[in-house]
Amino acid sequence: MSEPPRPRIAVVVFPGSNDDRDVQLALERLGATAPRVWHDEMRLPAETAAVVLPGGFSYGDYLRCGAIARLSPIMRAVERFAAGGGLVLGICNGFQILTEARLLPGVLRPNASLAFVCRDTTLRVMRSDTPFTGRCDSRRPLRIPVKHGQGCWYADPDQLAELEVGGQLLLRYSEGENPNGSAADVAGVVNATGNVCGLMPHPEHAVDPLLGSTDGRLILGSLVDAARLSAALPV
Amino acid sequence: MLVRPKTGILDPQGQAVESSLRHLGFAVDAARVGRVVDLELDVADADEARRQLERMCEQLLANPLIESYEIELRPGA
Repeated sequence: MSEPPRPRIAVVVFPGSNDDRDVQLALERLGATAPRVWHDEMRLPAETAAVVLPGGFSYGDYLRCGAIARLSPIMRAVERFAAGGGLVLGICNGFQILTEARLLPGVLRPNASLAFVCRDTTLRVMRSDTPFTGRCDSRRPLRIPVKHGQGCWYADPDQLAELEVGGQLLLRYSEGENPNGSAADVAGVVNATGNVCGLMPHPEHAVDPLLGSTDGRLILGSLVDAARLSAALPV
Repeated sequence: MLVRPKTGILDPQGQAVESSLRHLGFAVDAARVGRVVDLELDVADADEARRQLERMCEQLLANPLIESYEIELRPGA
C-alpha cells in the first residue's frame, strides 16, 4: 500500500518563537512535511496547504503580545492565504498574533491571576465539523497543556453572544478549569468562514505518550487531514 | 500618547497595584495601569501631528477593542 501524500504545512518562525520545532516534529510524525519559514519571507513555500503560527514570545511580547509580529512581511502572505480560504492555525503566541491581525475575533489579555500558568487542562470540543477538530469526538474532552501569561481571551458581551450563536467558540475549558479567566471559558476560536483557528493550549506538547496525553494528535492530525484534502484540490 | 484599559475592562495589573498601595496605607480606588509612548515627530503643525498620532494609536499603539488613548502635544525646538 502506498503512503498517503504528505501535505505541506508551513510553520512560521518569528524572532522569539520557541515551539516551532515541536510543531514541526509533531506535524511530520502525523504525516505532513512541515518546513519552517522565517518571518522575513515575502511569500509562503509553493504548494503550502496550511500554515501554523507557533507559540513563543515573538518580539519579546513588546507593546502587546503579537502586536509587532503581525506586521512581519510573512503576515501579508498569511493574510492573503487566509482570505483565499487557506487553513491557518495559531497556537498560543500564534493565537495572539492572529487576533492582533484581526484574522480572529477577540483579544488576549494578561491572565486574571497575573501568574504564568503551566499545566494540563481539560477541553470541551464544541464542534467536530471543522478542519481543526475533524478527528475529535465532541463527547470526549481533550487533555492538553497550557503555558502562558496572557491567555485571557476577551470579547464584549454582544460579540460573545454572536460568536456563540455562530459556532465560533470552538474549544472551551471544562467547568472549573479555566486557567486564565477567559470569557465563557474560551480556549480556542475559529473565524466566521471556519478556515482560521487559534487556541491557547499546546497540542504539539501532547503527541507522545512519554509526556502524558496524546490528545494533541487529534487537533494536529485533523489539520493534516484537512491540509491533505485541500492540497488535492486543483488551484 | 497615554494608553490605558478602557473603563469596564477588567485590569488585573491595576487591581494588583491598588492592593499594594492599600498595603502601604493609601486609601486609593479604581487604579488602572496603562503605558506612555513618547516620541518626536517632524511636522508642520499641531493638527497634522495629532492626525498622525491618532493613526499610530489606531493601527499599533492601542488595541481599540480594550484600550483608550489620549494624545498630548508639546512643541519642539
